[in-house]
Amino acid sequence: MKQSTFDRQDSVTLDLDHLRAQFPMLQRRMRGKRFAYLDNGATSLKPESVIAAEQHYYTELSANIHRGVYEFSEQATVEYDQTREKVARFIGAESDGSIVFTKGTTEAINVVAYGFVRKFFGPGDELVTTEIEHHANLVPWQEACKATGATLRFIPVNPDGSLQLDALEDVITERTKLVAVTAMSNVTGYMPDLARIIAAARAREAVVLVDGAQYVSHHPVNVRSLDCDFLVFSGHKMCGPTGVGVLYAKNEVLEQMDPLIYGGDMVTKVRRDEATYKPIPDRFEGGTPNIAGVIALGAAVDFLSQVGMQAIAAHERDLLAYMVERAREVDELVTYGPDDLSSRGGIFSFNYADVHPHDAGALLDQEGVAVRTGFHCAQPLMQVFGVTGTVRASFYLYNSTEDIDALVNGLARIKGVFG
Amino acid sequence: MSLEDDLYQEIILENYRSKKNRRKIEGASLHAEGANPSCGDDLELFLSIEDDVVTDASYEGVGCSICCASANLLCESLHDRSTQEAREILKQFKGMLLDDLEPDFADEISDLEAMQGVKNYPVRIKCALLPWNTLGGLLDGVQ
Repeated sequence: MKQSTFDRQDSVTLDLDHLRAQFPMLQRRMRGKRFAYLDNGATSLKPESVIAAEQHYYTELSANIHRGVYEFSEQATVEYDQTREKVARFIGAESDGSIVFTKGTTEAINVVAYGFVRKFFGPGDELVTTEIEHHANLVPWQEACKATGATLRFIPVNPDGSLQLDALEDVITERTKLVAVTAMSNVTGYMPDLARIIAAARAREAVVLVDGAQYVSHHPVNVRSLDCDFLVFSGHKMCGPTGVGVLYAKNEVLEQMDPLIYGGDMVTKVRRDEATYKPIPDRFEGGTPNIAGVIALGAAVDFLSQVGMQAIAAHERDLLAYMVERAREVDELVTYGPDDLSSRGGIFSFNYADVHPHDAGALLDQEGVAVRTGFHCAQPLMQVFGVTGTVRASFYLYNSTEDIDALVNGLARIKGVFG
Repeated sequence: MSLEDDLYQEIILENYRSKKNRRKIEGASLHAEGANPSCGDDLELFLSIEDDVVTDASYEGVGCSICCASANLLCESLHDRSTQEAREILKQFKGMLLDDLEPDFADEISDLEAMQGVKNYPVRIKCALLPWNTLGGLLDGVQ
């Protein structure tokens, strides 16, 4: 019998060589150099098991779900629904909550913006978010507020990109009906004290949406202890395929909502002038879903569970600490985010003196280092920092200190051109 | 060729650092803003035109070295040109980057050829073209 390579959840060390060998992209070279992939905040690389699961669906099943009476359709349906159970277990949502598959975090937030906010909000109601959000957790609320006459309010932000939680009681009031906040900033890695924010929301009977796009793939999550009403995240940032995401919702809230997408597969009976709909969560999955993607997401959840989310989080904490230490060697670096590393996940944003992030990123690319440059779909936070963009290194389970060394060494090339 | 040879040549870096045309023209005959939403490059271009001749050109804003160098070169190349000549320079510049055409700029503005290396870096072409596309919009408004 094959032994699991990894210790269970109590492990804090990863067998990096063994892990890295499972990622075909890590065997490639970029610009002729060792590939240092530090853009995990944008998307993660995929292990062989996930790629194989996607291929398995197309080569061995390739049937639609919930319809066929033949073997392969039945099997596809079983595997699709198994992923729903796997994802539910992964985030501790076995009871009282539902998993709705979407095409990503953005769509999941829009399902809530249309099916909940636009349905129930009106003038005088307030929706609270923050200036550190990804545009995906801001723009849908802006539009929903415009459409309903509700007011958008913000938890104030500190100059380092952390939130002023002392102001929670002033912002979250009896008029607040929804609080939408990130679990981890995609720019600074800052992880707000969600328990405190959710408690403030609960005290006002407001519903809470947590944007877990950057968090769920890197940390253990339990939605019951978190006590949020919605948790949204993307498959492709957690070793899964693109085009599949998750909306977790408490059943009592989801039951009241309208679907965003109407059509086939979400109905029970259709007559010329009206239709009735399936129970949740199927009611929210109109049309043929991304079946291969969902099945492959199941493989990604298996992979991450086997490695262990505690171990992944600990590994990334170590990488961030190492990055911060190495960054101190470079006087020209301007860094962003709170100094308290215990409030941050594995993201490091910086600028090299006044060199434009694109110039810095282009030179790092020449050294085989992949980073994200620009405003990271978070322009309001860039305004807080007074910059148009940053260079962002974001870590994952397969990164090593060697990747960080490559980044720091690459900074010399920026110095060579821009002084 | 390395990135330093292709993209970050001395001419480009000099034009990036130059402050000469990095200013507002009060009472400019034409001005327009151009932005690349994907990267945050955002600049405003100013033109003074008298009797159909560009008497001054300048820009303000934020952008990477390629974008700013390109904007500075644009301003330098338009001095004392008629709007028709400006259109011709614009056409040649875009042809050089987008259609791989060999440019034939007048000697005094041949520094524009330094931008040719950008065509090897597809994601940076839009940086180099931002000021020129903004110019195109301005010139379209001139009869």
